[in-house]
Amino acid sequence: MSGKKGWKEIPIGGLIDKAGSASEYKTGDWRTFKPVVNKEKCINCLQCWMFCPDSCIVVKDKKMEGFDYEHCKGCGICASICPVKCIKMEKE
Amino acid sequence: MSVIKPITGDQAAAEAMRQIDPDVVAAYPITPQTEIVMNFAQFVADGKVQTEMIHVESEHSAMSACVGASASGARTMTATSANGLALMWEIVYIAASTRLPIVMPVVNRALSAPINIHCDHSDTMGARDSGWIQIYCENNQEVYENIIMAVRIAEHKDILLPVMVCQDGFITSHAVEGVKIYDDRKVKEFIGEYNPKHPLLDIDHPVTYGPLDLQDYYFEHKRQQSEAIKNSLKAIPEVFAEFKKHFGADYDFIETYKLADADVAIVAMSSTAGTTKAVIDELRDQGKKVGLLKPRIFRPFPKEKIVAALSKLKAVAILDRSESFSDQGGPLFTEIRSALLDEAKKPLTVNYIYGLGGRDINMKQIKSVYADLEKIVKDKEAKNLVNYLGVR
Repeated sequence: MSGKKGWKEIPIGGLIDKAGSASEYKTGDWRTFKPVVNKEKCINCLQCWMFCPDSCIVVKDKKMEGFDYEHCKGCGICASICPVKCIKMEKE
Repeated sequence: MSVIKPITGDQAAAEAMRQIDPDVVAAYPITPQTEIVMNFAQFVADGKVQTEMIHVESEHSAMSACVGASASGARTMTATSANGLALMWEIVYIAASTRLPIVMPVVNRALSAPINIHCDHSDTMGARDSGWIQIYCENNQEVYENIIMAVRIAEHKDILLPVMVCQDGFITSHAVEGVKIYDDRKVKEFIGEYNPKHPLLDIDHPVTYGPLDLQDYYFEHKRQQSEAIKNSLKAIPEVFAEFKKHFGADYDFIETYKLADADVAIVAMSSTAGTTKAVIDELRDQGKKVGLLKPRIFRPFPKEKIVAALSKLKAVAILDRSESFSDQGGPLFTEIRSALLDEAKKPLTVNYIYGLGGRDINMKQIKSVYADLEKIVKDKEAKNLVNYLGVR
């Protein structure tokens, strides 16, 4: 718990006084299985990007680039939805 | 100019709400709801207030709507009673933890089962650990004045906690008394404008209410709540002083009656305090040195005032209108007894649980308590810690 603020330093009532701060909450360490993509098999259909509930599929120039492991919780929806089965869930 | 109106405790609460004219009232409209909301709904229908009144499908929804309204920046009120408060439970805690200054008149009535609609304090005493401020009223005048003060207490920058203003079901809520109603304009002047610091609807300064708060910060937020309750012990007297300046009425955390030179005393809240005063007058005529301590505010718990008022006495009977099933007495008793524990000089204390489910508490019973206290002083011990007054 070092580096965290004390009760006198934080807004009352659990209020968050800064917008769009959810990305600062790293949920990646919740993961047991991590998604790994085989780019040779990937057809860039981006169904994983559409279905990921945590917006963790990184896309650049309309191509699937990989995963945001700081926030991916390892739910496996991307692996499940992938039509060419190029995403595998590997134990951390 | 103030006028004296013959009204019930429910009507006194509604009258205070009319003058406060809250932005939002969300309430469940049928039983166990009381006439407070019925009377207030009439004010809304008659255009006497600007309030947006939301009729909801349950008390859980009533408090949920209040939480949303209050977070959005609206001055928010509701009212409830008994099982209605019980159904609100989850959100009652959320309102306090989210630090929303909601004001809620509560008509104290028994919790089922068996089904009972009459007075006792088990509903709000169950909510004593929810983080709300709790004010208990002896009579209709106090109901009216405490609700007006509650707005200022809840919204005080050093407090920011919701407030329950409790009155005794039927005994107070349905009994007609003369209530001095202050001028609308003066009441509005006293409560002032509500300027919330972080209204959810201020889209230029976006905030999040009620987010996830796990092992890393939840404890800190609870610590802040403890501090707010402590702060309220200092901040509430400011509201008392201002109320006195505006309206002349003198309030404190506790009220005493003929206690200064008393040997023994009863501690009782709400309407039973009034009955006790009548008994004291009779016993004083017989030369008995008896007195009363009436806690007006139970949360924050005014420990220092209670200890200062009681420590010099020989014996004290603490009356609880609710049962905690600890076999150590009701909530008022255990807290007062604990507060007195470290005093070098302290009275013998004894607990009476009474009046459950609206069982009458009469002068004869209260006299019997004073007689018991006399015996306790003589014997130098209280043989029974917990007693049941008026049960067969």
